[in-house]
Amino acid sequence: MTVQGSDGESRSTTRTIQIDALARVEGEGAVTIELKGGRVEDVRLRIFEAPRLFEAFLRGRGMAEAPDITARICGICPVAYQMSACHAIEAALGVEPGDRIRALRRLLYCGEWIESHALHVVFLHAPDFFGCESALAMAALRPEFAQRIRDSLALKKAGNALVRLLGGREIHPINVRLGGFHRVPRPVELAPLAEELKAARDLARDLVKWVGGLDFPDFEQDYDFVALRHPSDYPMNEGRLISTGGLDIAMDEFLDHFEERQVPYSNALQCRKRAGGGAYFVGPLARMNLNFDRLSSEPRQAALETGIAWPCSNPFMGIVARAVEILYAIDEALRLIGAYEPPEEPAVSCEPRASAGSWITEAPRGILFHRYEIDPGGLITRANLIPPTSQNQRQIEEDLIRFAPSVLDLEPDAAAWRCEQVVRNYDPCISCATHFVRFKVVS
Amino acid sequence: MIQPLPIIAEPSKPRKPRPRLGVFKFASCDGCQLSLLDCEDQLLDVAEKVEIAFFREATRRPLEGTFDVALVEGSISNSEQEAAIRDVRARSRFLVCLGACASHGGIQALRNQSKSEELIRIVYADPSTIELLDQSHPASAYVPVDLELPGCPINKDQLIEVLAWTLAGARPMIHRHALCLECKRRGLVCVLVARGEPCLGPATSTGCGAICMSYDRPCFGCYGPAEKPNASALAARLAELGAAPDAIRRLFQTFYATAPDFQKASRIHDGTRV
Repeated sequence: MTVQGSDGESRSTTRTIQIDALARVEGEGAVTIELKGGRVEDVRLRIFEAPRLFEAFLRGRGMAEAPDITARICGICPVAYQMSACHAIEAALGVEPGDRIRALRRLLYCGEWIESHALHVVFLHAPDFFGCESALAMAALRPEFAQRIRDSLALKKAGNALVRLLGGREIHPINVRLGGFHRVPRPVELAPLAEELKAARDLARDLVKWVGGLDFPDFEQDYDFVALRHPSDYPMNEGRLISTGGLDIAMDEFLDHFEERQVPYSNALQCRKRAGGGAYFVGPLARMNLNFDRLSSEPRQAALETGIAWPCSNPFMGIVARAVEILYAIDEALRLIGAYEPPEEPAVSCEPRASAGSWITEAPRGILFHRYEIDPGGLITRANLIPPTSQNQRQIEEDLIRFAPSVLDLEPDAAAWRCEQVVRNYDPCISCATHFVRFKVVS
Repeated sequence: MIQPLPIIAEPSKPRKPRPRLGVFKFASCDGCQLSLLDCEDQLLDVAEKVEIAFFREATRRPLEGTFDVALVEGSISNSEQEAAIRDVRARSRFLVCLGACASHGGIQALRNQSKSEELIRIVYADPSTIELLDQSHPASAYVPVDLELPGCPINKDQLIEVLAWTLAGARPMIHRHALCLECKRRGLVCVLVARGEPCLGPATSTGCGAICMSYDRPCFGCYGPAEKPNASALAARLAELGAAPDAIRRLFQTFYATAPDFQKASRIHDGTRV
């Protein structure tokens, strides 16, 4: 990364902060920020991840294949894709799998939240707070860091153990199908997991405390947070879509209120609000801000004990929201295991008919929208997938516009690193959002 | 005013040089490289034994120098990646392809059957700025490859095994016999024979551990063709069991769509039966 400066009075000084390749994110992206006289002239979040065209080759595939195919969009959050795909197609067919299947899906999702968040908190995000290039470099630095890394690996492992039991394997699980599962676990299979999760709960409690004590830059912004809200539970697979700005809609109204736009000077599809065209913020911080009262008592207490005022509008504190959600997901998984009753059938039947359906679930990084059109024989005729990172992308760029002027006095590398941290606040998954990219601010 | 990040001094303890490992990503889902981070019990040991010299998902370290082992994930999909895979090869002694994307173009090779321009138009309103090769290619289309690990995703135990063998100076060996054998060894009931379900186990490579059958699900081929798979005979049998021609085509055309054996099997109902 480089910062180039030109001579002259500070008013007219032009600098470019360039991050050639974003590290510790999933996928390939770059950032260019051009500043003139302390004002941001141009921010480009260029994603050089090659498009893979899933929405195109899903056409003509069987509806039952959608969970397996869309899982391959992201190796970090395949369960999210499987959940949104199953729900959207079941909605199209008018199928409702029932409470016991719901509980198992929620348990599977808990596993993915735990492993994905544990990866981001300690491996991708935390090193920034200590000026380390990686978690392994952190581990080499201080014994307490090494222990922290080991603990977070144990957390990640507990999450993965859940995904492995319910899904068959950690990455691209094989056990999810339309209507439910291929095979559901016997209660005796879940018992050892409960033991592992109880040990993990201690680690998660400690993790919340640790990240709550990190040194955060002052960067409160006025955000429109968007997340699902469920009548009784912290949101995962169901609910209405609500926002800080007062939105309250059914999930199949999503496209009436949000749109993917192609910006004329770039190849990006960006999500904006239809009304006003503004950015919005999805993910753990949005979920927590909008659903604090839906957290179980322990994670809620742990969140309050960090001293952070919730709702929180400092994106750097997203790391705390992730840690709190790890604790919640462990708590919730233990509750679900304790109350587990196997469904009578592993899956309800899904008979094809000409139909269309859409659904939203809460992926680790925020709301994931799927919409499918299906022909009478059960083949997909159209698919539309909108991952959380596409939705946060505009917000990331707006954060960079506001943040970059404050790092002007730093050394080039330090300035670039700080801007990278702004991007990593969102845990962007570029593999998911290959329609991500470039936009220009004219001052 | 925002402060610079605290830079903590590097550890003073000098280390003797270790083999350098690089992890490289092309068009993919990140899942295969994540397998390395998913080795929760071995990751810190691996990091002791090798120097993780380049791994963008895990570290800010810039790309420099050469590599004893390069792990390559993803398919080659645009001209930038074409240049990058040649560069990785030039820097690396032993190049391992991780998974279906790097070895066969991956699931995104499903686009190879259509004009990419038409497909781009489905996703992007204005396709003029999207630069994409006509097809999704394996690394081996551009450079010599030393080893290909099968799977979508790979099996992390196989990955650790490959690293261990390579570090010991031995050439790793990957079994490519049919998954059927694995399934029989595990004593699982055959879903094809007992239930007449369309299972690709007889023609698919071992490596996954026969997960699907242990979850009452027939194999759907995510480890690609076994050695000498006779996949066309399996396709014919699936047709006898009542599977529709288009369903058979799709079954063989998902994760390893470019594998010649699977291509042939997928076409048995085109009148080109072999």
